[in-house]
Amino acid sequence: MKPARPDHVFRALADPTRRAIFEELTRQGEQTVHALTHYAGISQPAVSKHLTVLKRAKLVHPRRLGRETHYRAQPDALAPMVDWLNLYGAFWRDRFDRLEALLERMEP
Amino acid sequence: MSNSQESTRTLVIEKSLPHPPEKVWRALTESPLLAQWLFNNDFEPVVGRRFQFRADPVPNWNGIIECEVLVVEPVRQLSYRWSSMGLDSVVLLTLTPAEGGTHLLMKHSGFRPDQQAAYQGANYGWQKFLGTLEQLLNGGAL
Repeated sequence: MKPARPDHVFRALADPTRRAIFEELTRQGEQTVHALTHYAGISQPAVSKHLTVLKRAKLVHPRRLGRETHYRAQPDALAPMVDWLNLYGAFWRDRFDRLEALLERMEP
Repeated sequence: MSNSQESTRTLVIEKSLPHPPEKVWRALTESPLLAQWLFNNDFEPVVGRRFQFRADPVPNWNGIIECEVLVVEPVRQLSYRWSSMGLDSVVLLTLTPAEGGTHLLMKHSGFRPDQQAAYQGANYGWQKFLGTLEQLLNGGAL
């Protein structure tokens, strides 16, 4: 499969609602548009529009089942953009902040 | 899989801590203290000791990081192997006394481009990654 264009991926995830939908699919596995509409708390046409943007970025994959379309997350689409160093960099910086807080709490 | 030196990268983070090295060393090596800032663990500062860091499991990741103590030089240097979901890496922590406290140097090495799969399911990864993405977009970098 041809990878999605990075700008499509960036734009797709720049929107908090789309990000929430994508994360929900990552957590829960495959979901119907109906279930996602319920989760997102917005209209079904709005959800469908968001899913189209996610689909273009190849972050979700649709599957037709009777009258319903089921969507699943394709986190692999993020792989080309994920930089290990940045990821662990953010992780360690966060942990060292916690270390500093712990040192403040500790007896001298 | 390539093992060439060129494709391996190292993450370096330095910190100035306003606390004496002995105190910082305790936070790095006493299991209950280590748990308070890093992860739950069964660490012991003994070379060759195999231990685990245990994070909360998330889908596609059991939350376990398999480790082995490589270097223990009290109040100076600590190193362990860090393996999780295909990422086999080494963490090296070095303490140097500095004016008013301690200079902490952390090197996490062994990152290779072919180890991308290991990021999947690590929840901190998602959050941090998406947070970074947002900043990037807000900063108008695109």
